Amino acid sequence: MIETASRPPSDASAPSTIKLVDADVHAVVPSTEALFPYLSGHWREHVQATMFKGPVENSYPRFAPTTWRPGTETSGSAPAGSDLGALQRDVLDADGVDVAILCCTYQIDSLHNPDAAVAFSQATNDWLVAEWLDRDPRLRAGIVVPIQLPELAAREIDRVGGHPGFVQVALPARTTFPLGNRIHAPIWEAIARNHLVGAIHFGGAPGTPPTPSGWSSYYFEEYVGMAHVVQSQVVSLITEGVFDLHPDVRVAVLESGFTWIGPFLWRFDKEWRNLRRLVPWVRRAPSEYVRDHLRFTIQPLDAPASDAHFLEAIDQIGSDNVLMYASDYPHRHVSSPARLLDLVTPGLAERIRSGNARDLYGLH
Amino acid sequence: MVATAERPGTTAAPLVRPALIDCDLHNELHGDVWALVPYLSERWRRHVKTMGTRSPSGGFYPRFMDHRADARPPSGRRAGSDVAFTRENYLDPCRVAYGILIPLSPAAGQQNLEFGAALATACNDWQVAEWLDPEPRLRASIVIPVEAPDLAVAEIRRRATDRRFVQVQFTGRPHEPMGRRKYWPIYEACEEFGLHVISHAFGSYGNPLTGAGWPSFYLEDHVGPAQAMQANLVSMVTEGVFERFPSLQVVSVENGMGWLPSLGWRMDAAWSLLREEVPHLSMPPSAYLERHVWVTTQPMEEPHHPHQFVQLLEQLGPLVDHVLFASDYPHWDADQPDAAFPIHLTPELERKVYFENAARLYGLG
Repeated sequence: MIETASRPPSDASAPSTIKLVDADVHAVVPSTEALFPYLSGHWREHVQATMFKGPVENSYPRFAPTTWRPGTETSGSAPAGSDLGALQRDVLDADGVDVAILCCTYQIDSLHNPDAAVAFSQATNDWLVAEWLDRDPRLRAGIVVPIQLPELAAREIDRVGGHPGFVQVALPARTTFPLGNRIHAPIWEAIARNHLVGAIHFGGAPGTPPTPSGWSSYYFEEYVGMAHVVQSQVVSLITEGVFDLHPDVRVAVLESGFTWIGPFLWRFDKEWRNLRRLVPWVRRAPSEYVRDHLRFTIQPLDAPASDAHFLEAIDQIGSDNVLMYASDYPHRHVSSPARLLDLVTPGLAERIRSGNARDLYGLH
Repeated sequence: MVATAERPGTTAAPLVRPALIDCDLHNELHGDVWALVPYLSERWRRHVKTMGTRSPSGGFYPRFMDHRADARPPSGRRAGSDVAFTRENYLDPCRVAYGILIPLSPAAGQQNLEFGAALATACNDWQVAEWLDPEPRLRASIVIPVEAPDLAVAEIRRRATDRRFVQVQFTGRPHEPMGRRKYWPIYEACEEFGLHVISHAFGSYGNPLTGAGWPSFYLEDHVGPAQAMQANLVSMVTEGVFERFPSLQVVSVENGMGWLPSLGWRMDAAWSLLREEVPHLSMPPSAYLERHVWVTTQPMEEPHHPHQFVQLLEQLGPLVDHVLFASDYPHWDADQPDAAFPIHLTPELERKVYFENAARLYGLG
């Protein structure tokens, strides 16, 4: 298997001290007011004096059973996942996490006013630095960008991309145009230029429907369907040649399942064999791009009842280098990561617990 | 174990497969809407001549692919548009006992709903006159104006007494998810007349082709039906369509089947946490899929290793009895019946997939 790490991997001869990387924990903006220290007077006045309250759409309904796990309830008005102390106590210390990658899904993409989108993404990134990254050396984070404005998103990546705590760019699964579309070229150029990872996360609020058949009625549908949206994004990235233009770029897919990967790639590979002359820059089978360039976090497991079927689904991915451990804190799931880690070989378990994330993020 | 060894490389076994039921056979409109003009009233003939057809745009991509060259009739008509040649080129040599017609008509996508309804009626009349009457092995799907359920129900009632119509045809990407209340009158009519619902891949462009927006290439469009169908099945299960219409059966055509096991796993996992939002569901979501969903084989799943096809069949469990052979004749990516599967099926499974499952679904014998 070709490993094209975007950063040099650690010295293979020396065992790493990093034994557990949690590749998906959430940093939730507790309220618009929490960003006030990082917003200009113009936007503070807007929020204080008018009905505009910043991004209010949310891919995670505050009180839905999937949004918070028991023990993450807060006594005040702050939502689960907004408290660094709780994260340190419940995840970093409790699980013995050496490095955790913060994902902030604040829905900048719902702001169609371009100046608001830029101001709130800048404020969110400055907030992430000051209130999370600078306070615990175990933390890393993804840059929040106004994805609907690719040139300005690239500018924001350049603005903060040099901070050692930022290891990736957070990209919503739901978009107006697929992420590989040439409209997004400035973002991929900025990701490559800053040696960052692209991280596709659950959710997004582009204002266009979440399914090819329009708007669904229930959150349950949106939740399940996010895997299908992510599948369309993977098709787009590979078909448009993002990894041919940027051979060092890699993408982490967060919180969208992984038991679908094998059969999804059968179909994608087959269609590529049939139709590759439409996209001659895609020189290898899509499954090879996935194994070289894409990584998936393991929570939710979306596991079948049968261990045998679960192992088959893992084996059908075709590589030990694809899956990354994640708690997805503070979100709740039915199965613990132990279900997976106890089932696979010790070697694969080590890759999942830290090896794949170490290589992806250049941690050592 | 439901299937055995990989296909041998060289020794060609004699043809032992039984006659088959093809659940995705296309009757093509030669000249598109013009093939239906003889079946339209004078009012709608004038409409065709002045306005033509009008559907939401953006769904057609440069594709480099046309229908199978060997399926082009000597008459010069479009492949699949000549029943005599379909008989000679496909039904007879491939030992097709029954073929289920799925016309890809402009009816369902029309922005003008009354015109769409007129086209649907014309298309069904055309199917009777030019396909069902001349060829007794054929059955057909009722074309409906999907986005006008009241007019769709009227068309279903018009056809229901002709038992050669065995199902009601949705487009792959209707304007709303298939479980939405808007479409319930159609399901009610299906249940009343013992008709099934099919969703055929592609078609109808009322929304971007993916939940992530408009893709750029036909390759993406051609992978996309798997995601579109999953979204529609999630919707039908979640909205409680199968609680309200307990005998309704849904046939997914040309959308693949490899995604079916993991869809059930994901839905069940999410449901165990979110079931309070959907208290009208009395069973885990996968149980509805097992009872109500059927899938056709083309485009055949081609795993990276043949033994993974065996794994897929085992993971499908009871849904193996809902797998239906389909060729997609005469399209470029059609599966040839005797070269379709990446493994040798056991004789029992071969009988089920090529004939018995479809015979049971459609009441053919």
